Amino acid sequence: MASIRYEKRIAADPDTVYAVVSDPLSIPEWFPGIVKAEMDGNVRTITTASGLQMPELIMANDPILRRFAYRITAPLYKFHLGTIDVIEISANESLCVYSTTAEPDTLALIIAGGTIGALEQIAIIAESRQQEG
Amino acid sequence: MGRKILFITTDQQRYDTLGVNGSVVGRTPVLDGLAAAGIRYERCQPTSVVCMPSRASMLTGQFPTTHGAWMNGVPLAVDAPSVAENLHDAGYATALIGKAHFEPFMDPFGRYAENTLASLGIPTIEQPWYDGRMGVHRGFDYLEFATHGVMGLLHYAKWMQQHHPEALAGFYPVVDGDLNVNALGGGDTGAPQVKVNDVPKDWYHTDWVAQRTMDWLSQQSDDQDWFCWMSFPDPHHPWDPPKSEVSRVNWKDVPLPVNYPEKASEREELLDQKARHWRAWYDGRVVSNYEAPAKWVPATLTADQVREVNALNAVEVELIDEAIGRVLQMIKDKGWDDDVDIIFTTDHGELQGDFGLLFKGPYHVDGLMRLPLIWRPAPSAKVAPAVVTAPVSLVSLASTFLEVAGQPAPSWVEGAALPRSDDEASAGNFHDTITEWDSELFGVAVHVRTVTTKRYLYTEYQKGTMHEGSEGELYDLENDPLQRVNLFSDAGYASVRNELSERLLAHAQRPNQKTELGVVMAPV
Repeated sequence: MASIRYEKRIAADPDTVYAVVSDPLSIPEWFPGIVKAEMDGNVRTITTASGLQMPELIMANDPILRRFAYRITAPLYKFHLGTIDVIEISANESLCVYSTTAEPDTLALIIAGGTIGALEQIAIIAESRQQEG
Repeated sequence: MGRKILFITTDQQRYDTLGVNGSVVGRTPVLDGLAAAGIRYERCQPTSVVCMPSRASMLTGQFPTTHGAWMNGVPLAVDAPSVAENLHDAGYATALIGKAHFEPFMDPFGRYAENTLASLGIPTIEQPWYDGRMGVHRGFDYLEFATHGVMGLLHYAKWMQQHHPEALAGFYPVVDGDLNVNALGGGDTGAPQVKVNDVPKDWYHTDWVAQRTMDWLSQQSDDQDWFCWMSFPDPHHPWDPPKSEVSRVNWKDVPLPVNYPEKASEREELLDQKARHWRAWYDGRVVSNYEAPAKWVPATLTADQVREVNALNAVEVELIDEAIGRVLQMIKDKGWDDDVDIIFTTDHGELQGDFGLLFKGPYHVDGLMRLPLIWRPAPSAKVAPAVVTAPVSLVSLASTFLEVAGQPAPSWVEGAALPRSDDEASAGNFHDTITEWDSELFGVAVHVRTVTTKRYLYTEYQKGTMHEGSEGELYDLENDPLQRVNLFSDAGYASVRNELSERLLAHAQRPNQKTELGVVMAPV
């Protein structure tokens, strides 16, 4: 089991940031290499640019804690838990923390590698929305 | 019209696997012939002993701590310097066919061009260049990729999947169910990463790379200058050459490497002289890097397994030599040979039984660090054949290509063009080379710096998970060519150690245009 965490300070209030990540269908807008997302109940199925489909179980989407949690349930994974936490730093600044815990370890590394780009995109979208008011 | 450049690389090939460098197993008449007609380097060192950082150094002419792809799994920035961009600007047609590996293979999200071009069905893609312009990917007009197996998204794998699906099962499964380097044993001896492969020779990646290279070359006009990087995935493990070729070398006839002590006690005594991670890996207590099978313990390696691995490795080297021969014949048939520079090398070595170990890792000794390098200058350049004994580095390749093309070396390269003789080496200050290792994976950090001179090989281990920052190794290459006696703590060598340590300090403090270090995006 490996656990990897990346975080980014974002110049936007936490509700604005959380609004970006809390819409399960918005993930193609901010996670590099995900081109499509579909929801069926609490299962989100994403499609990657290489054509791979992965089902994900949405575990938590808590606007008060501002925590989004999901598990990739594709057979390749013995375990996966992804969490996105948005933490208030000030009225106009947030810390977005994207954590990946997975087994096999190698898959944690691969998914976590993508979360770096995801945080960049989340920041761009949230900061743009903040400026638009 | 200038000089054309055929740059040939293999993957993970030891210096002593060429006949001209003393191989007693495989035969390499084509490469031996190039060496006789050109310049053979007796001490060429990599900037790193794993693929991605080393290959990035070939392309950029920079050390890993400069170009930023500091370990496997860290992509080279797409707008990193590239010698191919400069050659493209100089009017060269540019191609890379075979193994690139500037970007991670494990890429389910399809984020990297190397993994998407085959699916897109286009020869290259427009990307930002180092100087801010947009241009073909890393300066290459044409890209076709291959690696060690038939799984995944690269051109060769897709070609096999589409045209020869019945042969896929013959290849060794490079990774296991946990996506770690597979420890599964095979062959006659149960050696790791060995498999009998029923694939016909014509479908194997060595012949595929050569054929694709010839296909691309055949499209070039006589007056077109070109830079063609033909990059064979072999003899890197897995050792699964076509079954039809295995009988070339009977493993039972293969002598054990001179640096493979048969007695376990002797191996352990040698390992105990080195920094602690050597023995820890051997005993199965630590696997510090992804490149060796996580579930394999080197202490279990048998003499027969070493023989079988080395036999199959030699078969793969022979197939490469023959494939190169076909490409060179085509160049001759085209009437181009007089104006073609041919440079042959590899990215790093392979332990192949040395000290009872296989594969690679943070172990800076000749098995991994002494590389074959041959430069056959275009005959029209009238460069005298030579053997260069001075230490040189792969970091010099980019400048060498540009010199051949009559182009100035840009400010970002860190290596001068290769010397064409020992006299040139002396005049050009080719006194030492530097090899770096940095890895941080799943809580294990290893940081190593080595300087190699004609006489000494000196390594410092920086503070990490297994090292305090005070350990090191010092070998006298003249009196101890097998690097068995660690003189690091020998008071009689204090001045040597101090001098070489100063050299490493100077390397760390060198003025350069460092790129921000990249982030690990995948294990490889």
